[in-house]
Amino acid sequence: MSDTLIWLFALPLTGAVATLLLPRQATALANVTAVATTAVAATLLHAVSRQGTLSYEIGGWSAGLGIALRADGLSTLLLMMTALVVLASSVYASAYFSKAAERARFWPLWLLLWTALNALLLSGDLFNLYVTLELLGLSAVALASLGGKLAAVQAALRYLLVGLLGSMMFLAGVSLVYAGYGTLDLSTLAHTVEAGPLAWTALALMTAGLLLKTALFPLHFWLPPAHASAPAPVSAVLSALVVKAAFYLVLRLWLDVFADLLTPAAARLLGVMGAAAILWGSWRALRTERLKLLAAYSTVAQLGYLFLFFPILLAMPPGPARDAALGGLVILALTHGFAKAGLFLAIGIIQQRCGHDRICELDGTAQRLPATTFAIALGGVALIGLPPSGAFLGKWQLIGGAFATGQWLWVLVIIAGSLLAAAYIFRVLGHAFGNRAYPQSTVTVAREEWPALVLTGTAVIGLGLAGAPVWQLLGSNA
Amino acid sequence: MNLDVWLPLLIVASSLVPGLVIFFLKEDSHGTRTFLNLAGAAGKLVLVGVMIWGVFHQHNYETRWTLAPGLDLVLRADTLSVLFVTLSTVLWLVTTVYAIGYLEKSPHRSRFFGFFSLCVSATIGLALAGNLFTFVIFYELLTLATYPLVAHRGTPEALRGARIYLTYTLGGGALLLVGTVWLHVIAGPTAFVEGGVLGQLPVEYHGQLKAIFLLLLIGLGVKAALVPLHGWLPQAMVAPAPVSALLHAVAVVKAGAFGIVRVVYDVYGVNFADQLGLLAVLGVAAAITIVYGSLKALFQDNLKKRLAYSTVSQVSYIAMGTAILGPIGTIGGIVHLVHQGIMKITLFFAAGNYAETLGIHKVSEMNGVGQRMPATTLAFTIAALGMIGIPPIAGFVSKWYLGLGAIEAGMAEWVIPVLIISSLLNAAYFLPVLYRAWFCRPAPAWPAEHIPAARYETAGALLWPPVVTAGLALAAGLFAAAPYSPLEWADLIAQREYQL
Repeated sequence: MSDTLIWLFALPLTGAVATLLLPRQATALANVTAVATTAVAATLLHAVSRQGTLSYEIGGWSAGLGIALRADGLSTLLLMMTALVVLASSVYASAYFSKAAERARFWPLWLLLWTALNALLLSGDLFNLYVTLELLGLSAVALASLGGKLAAVQAALRYLLVGLLGSMMFLAGVSLVYAGYGTLDLSTLAHTVEAGPLAWTALALMTAGLLLKTALFPLHFWLPPAHASAPAPVSAVLSALVVKAAFYLVLRLWLDVFADLLTPAAARLLGVMGAAAILWGSWRALRTERLKLLAAYSTVAQLGYLFLFFPILLAMPPGPARDAALGGLVILALTHGFAKAGLFLAIGIIQQRCGHDRICELDGTAQRLPATTFAIALGGVALIGLPPSGAFLGKWQLIGGAFATGQWLWVLVIIAGSLLAAAYIFRVLGHAFGNRAYPQSTVTVAREEWPALVLTGTAVIGLGLAGAPVWQLLGSNA
Repeated sequence: MNLDVWLPLLIVASSLVPGLVIFFLKEDSHGTRTFLNLAGAAGKLVLVGVMIWGVFHQHNYETRWTLAPGLDLVLRADTLSVLFVTLSTVLWLVTTVYAIGYLEKSPHRSRFFGFFSLCVSATIGLALAGNLFTFVIFYELLTLATYPLVAHRGTPEALRGARIYLTYTLGGGALLLVGTVWLHVIAGPTAFVEGGVLGQLPVEYHGQLKAIFLLLLIGLGVKAALVPLHGWLPQAMVAPAPVSALLHAVAVVKAGAFGIVRVVYDVYGVNFADQLGLLAVLGVAAAITIVYGSLKALFQDNLKKRLAYSTVSQVSYIAMGTAILGPIGTIGGIVHLVHQGIMKITLFFAAGNYAETLGIHKVSEMNGVGQRMPATTLAFTIAALGMIGIPPIAGFVSKWYLGLGAIEAGMAEWVIPVLIISSLLNAAYFLPVLYRAWFCRPAPAWPAEHIPAARYETAGALLWPPVVTAGLALAAGLFAAAPYSPLEWADLIAQREYQL
């Protein structure tokens, strides 16, 4: 069973090489790879939900020497989300890129990015995490520059520099850890780290690097231009998955490895930055003129909610209440992944059909493309956090945790952010009404509209109504 | 298949599934859409019939589905939910017929009927909600499903009305959510239990419980249009007539009022709420709303606006009944949930008929309309007289029980004057309309005659719904003492609430 872990990054890697060698068949090869990898991810999900955490040592070398792979509930859930988002975006991208040359450049990078993501989620030691993080950053930058326009290249260049700076800080922290403890294996470290200047400096360096990569306010400045100028399927994956990968590492480091040295003040600092991200990101999303920028700023805000969980989780004693809150955090992250990916895909359809994404000129388009508009609405419901989306359950846990730990102020931030989100989503949806033009059928461009609908539908209905297994999977960690 | 487990879910699904299918129908598949609409409505009616019988015989219908640890989506049938479900189901069937007649030639029909079905599904889900968590889910879904209906026409006024509607309801929804989560942290899953559950909490929580009640009351009061949270309602009347009818009679406004009833009786418990001094707060808010709404209605020339302010006032009778401690007042409030619904829907149907047939939108254009459209105007008259409280129409029964309940509870010195003032104001804004319609000479030409008089005064699908609901309003008053009448059912609810 454990060798499924290898397949999860061996398959996309093989696919990347194959699409590079056979550019004519690239689209077909990539789609086959996507389906196969998703099937493996589903198998893994099934296995982890029955047997608990799985681990595998490549070539039989034990941790410390060889490469150890590890899949617990958290990483399995993220692997599954990654697979579904990439699969849907691949179907979409097959129709989105019309020129053969574009496709030939796109698919190898696309599958390489997926390889890096899966490898990162499966890695159990800090050095491999650094390598996968670097690989992920580089393939993401290359994909973001595919837009080809000057703005896209500029944004990608800034993205590259920020990414490198983040990786360097992470690597510095990793070196300190190795110098101090002589091991990089996460589960070993969890037992050996002890509070002190070395551990704190290492954690601070790694966290700072990761916060830069996950674009937490005020380190978010690079994200909106990079995400807004990339091609639609790339934006989808950048916003839904790539920033989540860095967030996943923060979560691992803070809650699993360094949990014993954290002080409430440090957690509160993350919370304050999260709160600022919510308010600032939502406000900018409300004021922006362009749809893609709106979606990008909304990512800044949504990441803020995830960081708001830190002061609450750290104030809770271990027990069912804390497990419930942690599940809320994960389901919020998953919902955002699906919803934001679907939203970017839908925006891409609009941009291709009318050549722009200016919100104030959307009238005719939104009415000609009812299914696209519907996908935006579904994604919007998840971003606002209205029921029945998974985000509703996540925010419920967040607000409940804030009350239970007596941190009332966060409640105000959450409510203000949600109302701002409602304002920027419905500013767009208002354009869907009217009698400008209306088509006979609801779905007009099936190959592109269905992926967007399926992703946003998963965020709203799938995670909202069938989200309970998320808590079970996380609970089976220990 | 175990019917006890599946029946509540089936009742919700009977409108939800057709609604989802309708979204994907082609615009001109008129036949399929109409079939789905009517089959869903009729099927729901049959299922609700089974449920009424079962609940009367102490059957326990419950669908439960775990969404997260400690958070269950519960659909459960008790006497109160059955009352609201029945009202929604019957009026949905009638409104669907009306909407088909009203809208089948306009654009975006698939979208309209899709959201129309979602709106009813949300209302039914809210009626059947077995705990506050489930209630909040459907309460927010209702907001989402009605927004496209209010904005449907896409004109600047429609978009403005929809935006105002959304601002109020999402704001209220946020407060409701905060209150509910807070309550959940203190008291755990708050299932709706006849007689309430919070009375057992220790005294040190009473301060927090009062604050939570205020949050819940404001959150629910937005939809129930309690003054000063009513501002969206007169703006939302830009919606097409069937939507206004549904909004004012069963869906949105009623959802708020129903929520207040639930919170007071089945979460706090009416005696405990009285002990905390919360009923007085509710009573004052209701009294102010009743008088203020009637006063505003007096000065509206636009017919739908006048009806909208009348709704503001009339819905608060339900809150008033809730604020009166004792079974008689409870009966008065709860029975008005039904009575106001059937009377107000009649009025909105009639207003829609005037607009669609003759282009009449204002009270001042209604001179002599009774001669041109006698059946519609007769229905309008019955419902308007019922609103004033003239026997033997349904509204009289509500006011009678409210008055009697107030005397019994020793609140007569301020409830009775409110009822009298309100009834006089009701008469003052409805009687002139009736006078114009029946006794004034018509103007030489109607503002814009869309449907010429043929066999009937207007299209059949527009004419029959108000006639039927006016008949129901009359029957609910005349046969108030018959078994299974709204009054008898409200009596049963009160008995179970007060454990008589």
